[in-house]
Parts: sequence; C-alpha cells; structure tokens
Amino acid sequence: MSDKKLVKASSAEVEHEYSGGLAVVAPDAVKNPGLEPHRLRMTDKSVKHEKAAARQVSYMFFASVVGSVFAMWAYFAFPITEDLATVRANTLYLGLGLTLGLMGIGIGAVHWAKTLMPDAEVSEDRHPARGSEEVRAKAVEIIKLANSESGFSRRKLIRRSMYGALAFFPLPAVILFGDLGPNPGDTLRHTMWKKGTRLALDPTGVPIKAADITLGSVFHVIPEGLAELKKHKLEEKAKAAVLLIRLNPADLIESEERKTWSYDGIVAYSKICTHVGCPVALYEQLTHNLLCPCHQSTFDVTDACKVVFGPAARPLPQLPITVDAEGYLIAQSDFTEPVGPSFWER
Amino acid sequence: MAFKRNRRSPLAAIIVMAAGLALTGGGYAAATSAVEAAKPVSAIATAEQVTEGKKLFAANCASCHGKKGEGSSGSNVVPSLIGVGAASVDFQVATGRMPGQASGPQLEKKKPQFTAEQISQMAAYVASLGEGPAIPTDAMVAADGDSANGNTLFRINCAMCHNAVGAGGALTHGKWAPALDGVEARHVYEAMLTGPQNMPVFNDANLSPKDKKDIITYLKYVEETPSMGGYELASLGPVVEGLFTWVFILGFIIAITIWLGAKSN
Repeated sequence: MSDKKLVKASSAEVEHEYSGGLAVVAPDAVKNPGLEPHRLRMTDKSVKHEKAAARQVSYMFFASVVGSVFAMWAYFAFPITEDLATVRANTLYLGLGLTLGLMGIGIGAVHWAKTLMPDAEVSEDRHPARGSEEVRAKAVEIIKLANSESGFSRRKLIRRSMYGALAFFPLPAVILFGDLGPNPGDTLRHTMWKKGTRLALDPTGVPIKAADITLGSVFHVIPEGLAELKKHKLEEKAKAAVLLIRLNPADLIESEERKTWSYDGIVAYSKICTHVGCPVALYEQLTHNLLCPCHQSTFDVTDACKVVFGPAARPLPQLPITVDAEGYLIAQSDFTEPVGPSFWER
Repeated sequence: MAFKRNRRSPLAAIIVMAAGLALTGGGYAAATSAVEAAKPVSAIATAEQVTEGKKLFAANCASCHGKKGEGSSGSNVVPSLIGVGAASVDFQVATGRMPGQASGPQLEKKKPQFTAEQISQMAAYVASLGEGPAIPTDAMVAADGDSANGNTLFRINCAMCHNAVGAGGALTHGKWAPALDGVEARHVYEAMLTGPQNMPVFNDANLSPKDKKDIITYLKYVEETPSMGGYELASLGPVVEGLFTWVFILGFIIAITIWLGAKSN
C-alpha cells in the first residue's frame, strides 16, 4: 500500500506547497479520511469459498461457450425465408445466443476479478503539475536553441510570409460556408394556395364540392395540383395541408373581417400546429375541439381555432374559402399569415 | 456463494421484467377481447320489424331520445335520431354503447343488451323516422380490398386518433379513440359512415365505399400479421417504448453498474 505511494520530487517543492493543478490551496480543505480498513473476502478466508468462486467463473465461461454454439445453431435452425415473420425468431434466438456468449465472458471475468484477484486498496497521490527547476531550465534552453538554429527571430521575411500563409489558409472555408444556404427567403410566409385554387382530397387530388361536405364531416385537404407536383411535393404539402370541417353555421363565432372566409358553415384551417408543426387533426365532432397529438395543444374550431389548451402560442391560420361557378370549393387567397410554428423573423 | 449474500438476487430484475411483461400483455389481451358478435341484419325492413322496433324503442330508448326519437336540447342534450339511419342504430346498440348505463366522458363498448333480431327491429324503426345511412352488406365490408391504399387512407384520415395500427389513443377531457382490433368490419364501416360520438363523419364523397373497404382490409391485415420487430408493447408507440427503455433497460444497466462497483463479500 504505502510502498506504492509516489515519492515527492524534491525537498524544494515541498516548501512551496504546489497543489496538484490548483493555484490556491483552500485552507479549509476536507481532511483526507484515509482508506477504510481492509476487509477480507470469504474467498480470502476459506479455501472452500475460493474453490466455489473459481468454479462459478468457469461455469460462466462455459455458459458463454454454450451461448456461442446456440447462436450458430439458431442461425440455421430459424432461417429467414420468404415469409418476413421468420425474421423475428431468427433475430431473437441469434441475439439471445450472442448475448449469452458475450455476457458469459464479461460476467465471468468480473466475477474472477472481484472474488479471486488481490483486492488490496492502493492510493496514489497526484504528482505536481509544475516541472522541476532543472526541467524548466532545460525547456527554455531547447526553445532558445530551436530559435537560433531556425533563425525564427532573425529571418523577418520568412516569419512574416508564414504568418500571411496561416492567415489565408482558413479563408476557403468561409467561401464553403456560403453553400449552407440558400436563405429560406419568403418561402415560410407563402404556400401553394392562391386565389381560385380548388380544395382537393388528400391523397388523390380530387376536387371537393361544397355539397359533398355533410355536417360533422372532416376532410383532409391539399391544394389541387399538389398531387401532380414532381418536385418539392412533400415540402409544399407540409405547408399547404388543410383541414376542412362543416359546422352548424349557428355554432360559428366569426369576426366581422372573417365573415366571408367560411362558406355555409364550412371552414378551412391549416393542419400544421403553430407550436412545433405537427399535423393537428384530432377533431372531436361534438366539442369542436381540434387536438394536436404531439403536445396536446387544443384549438376551438367554432372560435377561429383559438388555443384553448396546451403550448401553442397562436390560433391555427384560416384559409379563406368560397365556391366557384361549378360548386367546387376554392381558396380566396393564400393564408393571410405564415402557417406553422414561430420563426425568428416572424 | 457470493450471490446469496446480496440483498437481492441478480435474478430479481429479470423476474420483475417478466412479471411486468406478463401483466401488460395479459391486461391488454383481456381489455380487447371481443364482445359477443351480433349477426348482421338484413337491409330490407318489413312492416312487422318496424312495429316491433317501435315497441322496443318505446320501452328502451324513448325515455332519453323522446317518443318519436326527436331528442332533447334542454339541460340534458340528447341527439335526435331522425335521419341517423339504421347504420347508426346497429353500431350503437350492437357494440353495446347504447343504451348507455352511466354518464362519463364517453359511452363505452360493452356486451350488447339486445339480440341481433331486436337490433334489426329497432334499426328498421329508426330508419323509418327519416332517411339515413343503411347497414352495409357483407360484400361491402369484406376484407378483400387493397390494403396498401387502405393504409394510405388510414394514415391520412384515421391514424391521428386511432394510432397507425389502430391501437387507439387519448383525446381531450378523458375521451379516447378506441382500439380497432377485434372490432367487426361492419361496425368499422358504420362508424365511418355515421360518426358516432366525437368521431367525425366520413361520408361517401370523402371516403368512397371502395376506400372504406380498403381501410377495413388494412385493419384486417394489421390484425392478422405478426409483428416483425418482436414484442410490440401494445403498439402504443414512442411513449410506451421510451418508458420500457427507461425502466427496464436503464434499470438493468444500473443494476450491472452497481454490481461492477460493489465489493465482493
């Protein structure tokens, strides 16, 4: 134990009381409680226990062998066939075998170390961070020698051109950062909806007639043309998805400004939660609550989708709708505010 | 033996884990066991059925829904049954939700109170009050549609409440969307058609009869296909899976760590 303690480097350092890495030695530092008295293990005291522990370790290693063999057997005994359901048994038994194979070795080794290897307590003091005076003087000497041999202080041209090279070296990275863009621009403020876009069924893109929407119905809506998009289809859908609900017109509370935004009790609201953008679509027909499944933000469809519960900060944006000459529902314009969660410039 | 002196056997964690799995699995199985199935009723109602249905209605339904099924809009709101159709009656009564026995956030599925014949009589009477959706035929609800299309439609229209594989989920104020496994195809169809309680209506313009059939096919597929990924923890998704990981897997890791650091006896 104490023979393993590191010997202090020199008497000069002991006088200075350099601490192990700290500049200030706290005066009220916790007293070193020292080591607990050494306790003998059962395996130290009795040969019977020692032999039993040795057997247990060997059993563990043997179990590992059994596990490895089992894994090899299971791989062939539970083959993966055309039927995908066979993957389950294959993975399960192969995994159990491999687990036993590895755990057996691990547990056996730890048990071996804990019960049979010497368990004498050892303390090793941290050695001081400061080098001895001789070492420090030697280091200064090396630096001076390097300076004189390389001529770093003397050769100004070399030194300054090297500084220049080092200053220019990171500049290409700045240019590369330019590709992290492009900036979103105004894409967060606009969706595919514009004046006259027909409301269409998700996912087929079939346009919807106002007469199709019976009381209590809920339609999951995309703008007409989205289903045929070749590029950025999901991005556009993520912004433009709309929920179409028909309420009894008497139940609707509408502000003067939004009186014309609904059609005969049919209202259209953005399906993207204003909290973090989950699709809000859990509509309760009797309470007219619209619930977001992610964080339970609840919106009141009768009252401009105002937040009645949960973390969402703003009502769901409403899409102003009307009908065209053929009776199909169309948008009067894009959303009048950005859909989805808050962002910096909002 | 070093193991015997430990306060708890190293097997304890495994036993607790096995017991937990058995309890959750058993409870889930018990909770979802199907109620006694009622036979589908014929779509064509006879005058006799309507007469018998009227008697049953007067004895069992009229106290709340009114003598003529007109409902009530007073302090105790009861929906009118004029125009709800035979499909609504068949769904509500054959799944045991009606007659309701206790008030609560939502009427629960229970053992049906009437025989299939009585239900068809009541359905015939209510259908005679005003035109409404009829009970779908066996061919309309047969699970021989396109399950892939059914999956797409289910994800868009149903999964947010009923969970991606129909395991059900929570709504506001103690209400919930019930699990769909073990529910008769006819009742699934009727629920889409009539929108019981807080479920919205999915009429034929929204989900065509073929779409509804595809959805039923998908649900049947999910019900019959074993999980590839091992134990599915009731298919309830990340909350349950996270809880399982935190409690059992992290518990196991902590137990191993304690064992590693503990001195041998």
